[in-house]
Amino acid sequence: MTQRLPIIVFALIMAVIPFIPGLPPFWLVLMDNIGLAALVAMGLVLLTGVGGLTSFGQAAFCGFGAYTTAVLTTAYGISPWLTLPLSLLVSGIAAVALGLVTVRLSGHYLPLGTIAWGLGLFYLFSKLEFLGRNDGISAIPPLSIGSFRMIDPGAIYFAIWIAVLLSALLTTNLLDSRTGRAIRALRRGHIAAEAFGVHAPRAKLLVFIYAAVLAGLSGWLYAHFQRAANPTPFGAQAGIEYLFIAVVGGAGYVWGGVLGAAIVVILKEILQSYLPYVFGGQGQLETIVFGILLVVLLQLAPGGVWPWLMARVPLQPNRKRPDISLKLPARPRAADTPTVLLQIEHARKQFGGVIAVNDVSFDVQAREIVALIGPNGAGKSTTFNLITGVLASSGGNISVQGKSIDRAPPQQVAKLGIARTFQHVKLVPDMSVLENVAIGAHLRGSAGAISSMFRLDRADEARLLAEAARQIERVGLTEQIDQPAGSLSLGQQRIVEIARALCIDPILLLLDEPAAGLRHMEKQRLAALLRALRDGGMSVLLVEHDMGFVMDLADPSWCSTSAPRSPKAGRKRSRAIPR
Amino acid sequence: MLFLVQDGVTNGAIYALLGLALVLVFAVTRVILIPQGEFVTYGALTYASLSAGEMPGTAKLAVAMGVVAMGLDLFAGRRSLHLRGLARAFAINIVLPSAIFALTYGLAGRHPPIAINITLSLLIVAVIGLFLYRIAFQPIAHTSVLVLLIASVGCHLALQGFGLVFFGAEGQRGPPISDAAFSIGALRFTGQSIAVYAMTVAFIAGLWLFFGLTLYGKALRATAINRLGARLVGIRTTLSGQIAFLLASVIGAVSGILIVPITTLYYDTGFLIGLKGFIAAIIGGLVSYPLTAIAALVVGSVEAFSSFYASNFKEVIVFTLILPVLVLRSLAAPAVEEEKD
Repeated sequence: MTQRLPIIVFALIMAVIPFIPGLPPFWLVLMDNIGLAALVAMGLVLLTGVGGLTSFGQAAFCGFGAYTTAVLTTAYGISPWLTLPLSLLVSGIAAVALGLVTVRLSGHYLPLGTIAWGLGLFYLFSKLEFLGRNDGISAIPPLSIGSFRMIDPGAIYFAIWIAVLLSALLTTNLLDSRTGRAIRALRRGHIAAEAFGVHAPRAKLLVFIYAAVLAGLSGWLYAHFQRAANPTPFGAQAGIEYLFIAVVGGAGYVWGGVLGAAIVVILKEILQSYLPYVFGGQGQLETIVFGILLVVLLQLAPGGVWPWLMARVPLQPNRKRPDISLKLPARPRAADTPTVLLQIEHARKQFGGVIAVNDVSFDVQAREIVALIGPNGAGKSTTFNLITGVLASSGGNISVQGKSIDRAPPQQVAKLGIARTFQHVKLVPDMSVLENVAIGAHLRGSAGAISSMFRLDRADEARLLAEAARQIERVGLTEQIDQPAGSLSLGQQRIVEIARALCIDPILLLLDEPAAGLRHMEKQRLAALLRALRDGGMSVLLVEHDMGFVMDLADPSWCSTSAPRSPKAGRKRSRAIPR
Repeated sequence: MLFLVQDGVTNGAIYALLGLALVLVFAVTRVILIPQGEFVTYGALTYASLSAGEMPGTAKLAVAMGVVAMGLDLFAGRRSLHLRGLARAFAINIVLPSAIFALTYGLAGRHPPIAINITLSLLIVAVIGLFLYRIAFQPIAHTSVLVLLIASVGCHLALQGFGLVFFGAEGQRGPPISDAAFSIGALRFTGQSIAVYAMTVAFIAGLWLFFGLTLYGKALRATAINRLGARLVGIRTTLSGQIAFLLASVIGAVSGILIVPITTLYYDTGFLIGLKGFIAAIIGGLVSYPLTAIAALVVGSVEAFSSFYASNFKEVIVFTLILPVLVLRSLAAPAVEEEKD
């Protein structure tokens, strides 16, 4: 409960503020604005800071929320409370429509795409007749409970800040869950997450909708706070400002969104009210100073203010160790009789004119350790990518237990019980070792986003974390369990990847250069672990350059020496030598 | 119909120029240059002010930014101050903008020929572009695209604010470069629109040659692909960034000067023009110059047609145009992408 304490204190302080005697009502307006901006920024934290999807278009979703309630309450006389779910629904539906397009964008296309539809929607709001064009809609009724009408800023203050606190709580809960880990893994690229069964586009769409619904909530509150809605606050400038708030506060931290909103709103207010005195009321001086301050701030603290602040507060959250007695159901295993687990026949992968994998055939039996060896560029890692569905093969056949997996996506391959590690470590550096490893158990849990937000996932979650902790113990990294994965040595990070792969309860483990960066003793321990896994019924396929390590594992190895060659060049530099 | 196409091509040519500049800057520095629009307005309105015999405030801004840049250079090089470096920094940061300022001060109000006004406007904006990189982006050149983007937004806000201070809220127009005009069939060509086409083609060809054939061009491309690698082989990445910004600001100013005789420009018009250049640049994938140019012509034409047939929804149509393209582009992107942070 110690983690909850600061939040409770914060909530109490916020509850007391309006009752401070002599507090100028103007301050309450400011606080209301901070709350409204914080809601949108919180969604952006999840979307941009955590999920890695930069959006300039959040203001448009506020517009959906605000206009929905504006139209329904003024034209149809529906109670504001009834329009709340409708506002959220409309924002959510808009997010699904835009999200299906947007989350498929990658790299810099994404932020630019959001600018584009953000602007498009802004112009749409300002041109549509039933939304009142540029003038918007006025005379929106205030929120009311019984005869208590929330007209003055001190009254709606409670509605706004209750919404902020609840959202913050739900968002933190969501991040600290099975779904949350999947979302947090996305920022570092989707390949690793997908190898453990995370459906990346679905997870991205989820955060996109979540952020849009928060923005819609902010828009709904805004409409009843201002009691009017016009297109200006939902334009591109506002969208840019929300993103700015998230970055200033510290994109990636839920409370960073709240802090950023406070900083930016107050700063703008100060600039707007005092600059004209200093420089004489000429032009948009506040925009100039605001822009310059923004650049200066980014140069001083590119990570945002919240992490900078937290690094100075001696408040260490004491993490609870998972109870490792909890068990997840194990995967049914094939009988002891030797059967072919993985069969690769004439697999081929061609990138344009380069043949990366040329006519490779081999198979892996149950309870067998097989090594792929060959020079750099021989196509070993590409073969891994073909097996795990990261790449589609250009020819040949790959099957697992007799079933073809040629066109199977990575998630499907993971479900069959094939787990892998990566040549270039793909962990989330700012997540703890435990959380990283728990991503491996993703497919063995079932709790969804909604149940995580309301903490109904705890039993499921405890079992996942127990499994993760057990695998960490198995590979001998219990002491590092709470450290951020990025702080470990490269060799240890490779071991963390193995623990993560073990969490899937695999029948076949694919290890890409697991011994690179390990010391002699660590290699021996790894070899012992691999032997123990084999004796427990698992098969291992590994790529390794350390021949001593490979020979020590003493199983038949298959050598691949097919170096890449271009069909145009027509040179025959090498050939595949089976066994 | 035909005049719509002609209108579209003229607008499109301007968008193409801006798109080129955006591609250039993004490729070299990873900055998505939102202030590109400000370069346009600064160029156009500086030229208009000079033509009207007024002293443009942008000249003062250039001097002020030079002083800040000098301060940053001094601070950055405080451990290894030596005379040559100091002299070089002083020449670029202080002498250059001061000389331009003096020249502008001396010539403003005497109604010099158009060519001189154009040259002065280009010089002023070019220097501002150069200093903008030095002050705002050089210190954070290594950070993520997102941080650079936000900084870019900050620059846009500040420069737009300065634009209001310098040029006021009133729109301005400048004198055309040439009054010549002739007709082919139903179409009327003005000297101005011919100049627009010629400059666009010249810049596209010039950039293409610069990047394809010269050592500096190749160095810039190398910086774009791998900063660290470029530094290790001796390319000064800060210089690459400065060159990119210099070129971008000149291109922006040129487009501004080209359109200010055709349409009235306000201090904040640049943002929208720049964004349309963006759309072209994105459709071109932020990498290909010819594709960007073609895309810009498409954007210009769509805008011309939609302003004729559905003028209310002109902007909606133009900005929605991008979505299908983006989707196609993302789908065509390679499946295995190594993440960077």
